[in-house]
Amino acid sequence: MRAALTPSAFEPRGKRPPPRRALRVRLWSVRHARLLERVYDAFEATLVAAAPLMARIGYDRLERPFAFVEAHVKGALFDCRMCGDCVLSSTGMSCPMNCPKALRNGPCGGVRADGACEVYPQMPCVWVKAYEGSERMREGARIETPLPPIDHRLKGSSAWLRSARRRSGGAAG
Amino acid sequence: MTTLAPHPHDIGLDPGAPLVDLPGHSSRGRLERVLRRGEFAVTAELDPPDSADPQDVYDRAQIFEGWVDGVNATDGSGAHCHMSSVAICALLTRVGYSPVLQISCRDYNRIAIQGNVLGAAALQVGNILCLTGDGVQCGDQPEAKPVFDLDSISLLSVIRRMRDEGTFLSGRKITTPPRVFIGAAENPFAPPHDFRVVRLAKKIAAGAQFVQTQYCFDLPLLLKFMEKARDMGLDEKCFILVGVGPLASARAARWMRANVAGVHIPDAVVARLEGAKDQRAEGKRICIETIQQLREIKGVAGVHVMAYRQERAVSEIVHESGVLKGRAPWRRDFVPKMQAVESLWAG
Repeated sequence: MRAALTPSAFEPRGKRPPPRRALRVRLWSVRHARLLERVYDAFEATLVAAAPLMARIGYDRLERPFAFVEAHVKGALFDCRMCGDCVLSSTGMSCPMNCPKALRNGPCGGVRADGACEVYPQMPCVWVKAYEGSERMREGARIETPLPPIDHRLKGSSAWLRSARRRSGGAAG
Repeated sequence: MTTLAPHPHDIGLDPGAPLVDLPGHSSRGRLERVLRRGEFAVTAELDPPDSADPQDVYDRAQIFEGWVDGVNATDGSGAHCHMSSVAICALLTRVGYSPVLQISCRDYNRIAIQGNVLGAAALQVGNILCLTGDGVQCGDQPEAKPVFDLDSISLLSVIRRMRDEGTFLSGRKITTPPRVFIGAAENPFAPPHDFRVVRLAKKIAAGAQFVQTQYCFDLPLLLKFMEKARDMGLDEKCFILVGVGPLASARAARWMRANVAGVHIPDAVVARLEGAKDQRAEGKRICIETIQQLREIKGVAGVHVMAYRQERAVSEIVHESGVLKGRAPWRRDFVPKMQAVESLWAG
C-alpha cells in the first residue's frame, strides 16, 4: 500500500528521486568513498595552492564557472543538490541533501527494515549508505560530530571555492 | 490501605502553580525531578483531539492521572493534523500536569521554532522532545510542503543554546531564557542498527537529556543497543525511556508494521497474538511483560507508554506491571498538608 503513494515535494530542488541510472552512480561513489576521499584531499590541496591566483582573478568572477562545473561533476557523482555547504566528507560520500527530509546529522526513525527510505521505498536510505561509506573512509569518524543548521543562503553557490578561500586563510565568502 | 503521597518536591502551592526550584535541574518540571531522584519514570502519550474544545484535552489527560510522570502531546504525528502540541501542553500545565511538548522539524522553520520554545516555557511547559517528524507522505495531506529547515540534532542544539547561553541562533540575547528539560527520540529497531548508538551519542552531544524510543517489541535488539550505549557511557549522560504499547490484535500488529513508519514487530510477537484466545488481553500481557523486563535492564530509566486508541488501558498496564513499586506519581486529588508545602518553599 505504501509503495503506491505519490511522492511528495522534494527539497531543495523540488524534484523526484533520481532515475535508476543516477542512483547507480551515487551508490558507486559510496562504495568508493575511500578513493573519493583521497581524490578530494588532493583536489582541495590543489585549490588551496591556487588560491592566490584565484584571489588575483577575483572570487566573484570565478563563482559562476566554478558553480557550473561543480554542479555537473558532483551532480553526476553524488546527485549533488548544490546546497552550497558541502559535507560529503562527513557523510560517507553520500549526499544528505538527497534525503527527502534533508537530514544532515543522521537517519530518521522511519528507515524501513530493508534499509530503504521511509518516503521513497524504491530508494535506499541516504544515511544507511552514509554510514557504510564512512566506515570505508580514513576520516570516517567525522560522521559522529553534530553539524550546525544549514545556511540556506548558500544554495547554488560553489562549495569548492568557499572551501579553498577559507583554507587559504581568506574570509569565507 | 494507606494513601501514598507523591514526593513533596512534586507538589506546588496549588496544582497550576510552578514547583519549587531545585539545584542542578534545568527545568521546574516533574519529569526531570523523578528521573534525577533515580526513580523509574513512566510517561504516556496523549491522543490529541480533532477539536477546539479544551475539555477534550482534559478528559484525555485525566485517565493517566496518578499513573504517569509526564504526558507527551504529539505534534502532528503521522503527518495528520490535530490540536497543536503547544496548545495542549499549555492547557495541561494550567491544571498541574507535566506535559512533554513535541516539536517536529517537518512543520516549522527555525524562526517559528524558537518563538514557540519561548512561548511554551512562558506557559510553564518544562519538557521538550525534539523530533524530525514523519514525512508528509504518511498523512492525509501529502500535498503539503515539508519544511525540514532543521533536523532533530540541530534542533536540540538550538534549544540548548537558548537555554544555556540565553541567545537565539543569531546570537541575539534572550532576557529570560527558557527553563526546559530537553529530550530526543531514538529508534534502536531501524537500520542502520550499528549507527543508532552513534546517533544517540550525537543527540546527547547536541543537548539531549532524555530520550524516548520507538515501540520496543524486540527485546534482544534493545539489549544489544543498550549494551553499546552503556559501553559508551551514554546511560549516565542521558535518561533512556523505552517506548512500549499494547497491540490490539494480530491484524493491528500487521497493519502497524506495514503502515507506521519505523515500527518493527517481530513475527514471533504477531504469532503469539494470533494464537491467543483473547488477542486484546494478550497484547496487554505482552506489554506488561516487556515493561517488567525493561525495568531490570541497566541504563533504562523508564518507559514511555504509547497506547494509541487504548489510552484507558495505560493505568491498568502500569498498575499490573508493578513498575512503580508503590510510588505514587502526582495527582490533582492529593491535597498536601499546606504547612509541609509552605515550609518547603520557605526553605
